[in-house]
Amino acid sequence: MEPLVIAGKSYASRLLVGTGKYKDFDETRRAVEASGADIVTVAIRRTNIGQDAGQPSLLDALPPARYTYLPNTAGCYTAEEAIRTLRLARELLDGHALVKLEVLGDAHTLYPNVVETLKAAEVLIRDGFQVMVYTSDDPIIAQRLQDLGCVAIMPLASLIGSGMGILNPWNLRIMRDRIQVPLIVDAGVGTASDAAIAMELGCDGVLMNTAIAGAQNPVLMAEAMKLAVDAGRRAYLAGRMAKKIYTASPSSPTGGLIGR
Amino acid sequence: MKSLSLTINGEPRSFPAPLTMAGLVDALELAGKRVAIERNGEIVPRSTYADIALADGDKLEVVAAVGGG
Repeated sequence: MEPLVIAGKSYASRLLVGTGKYKDFDETRRAVEASGADIVTVAIRRTNIGQDAGQPSLLDALPPARYTYLPNTAGCYTAEEAIRTLRLARELLDGHALVKLEVLGDAHTLYPNVVETLKAAEVLIRDGFQVMVYTSDDPIIAQRLQDLGCVAIMPLASLIGSGMGILNPWNLRIMRDRIQVPLIVDAGVGTASDAAIAMELGCDGVLMNTAIAGAQNPVLMAEAMKLAVDAGRRAYLAGRMAKKIYTASPSSPTGGLIGR
Repeated sequence: MKSLSLTINGEPRSFPAPLTMAGLVDALELAGKRVAIERNGEIVPRSTYADIALADGDKLEVVAAVGGG
């Protein structure tokens, strides 16, 4: 299978996973391994001063030498907060430029604030960041973000953590036609078929967290997602048969029937 | 002994003066840990920790990577 290329770098897996909401770092590690993901998202937060000396950290569970860390701006509601967070992330990860920008609109829906997102993207790109951007499924905004120089456009399929699946496949189709950088569904996937549908629509990848971490068996679901993304990608490349509405077409020969 | 009042991640903390950023990182048992530090809104490159003398009233943010989506 051809790799996913983001900002000139190749990744074998088209499944990107978050690292939040797991019961412990061991479960995080096992689920991420089962997913086959190369890129893992992380959040940037204040350390618990004096409380976590000697405690294991996420970096022990997921060695940065093996995974590409994608720091996010989850919890940021303004361009300014997001930019500040990612500058800290760049220092934290030794100059690492690939980041996930998300600027949220409100705490209830976690819907992206595209006005602040556009502002932040512009500043970050000028500052040398490679910006993978979480956005709404609005094709016009997606094009604007692409024109600004974002290295991946990552529309929601439905609300973050909702597991509602792909609510507007038609918008993803429009975006697929207009977006040349990787188009990655970020948020809303609930189960394997959702991931497969995203890939069948022509998306280049899927990013998810809760669909795996929130499953009864996260490690098994991680494996299911890996297979679904792979199956969906192959189906897209294979090119599905045309739908024949109101017309059946037998798979077996119509001639040579017994007794006719 | 002179002491230094700092605000670290929003909490007031006091340390004996003088203190460098490297000294603070040691005192907080963060040496060798992957953290990034902002001092009064400016990011402090890790390579400069030994040269940074902390001043009374400095506001520091110390962050790390945690699980997230």
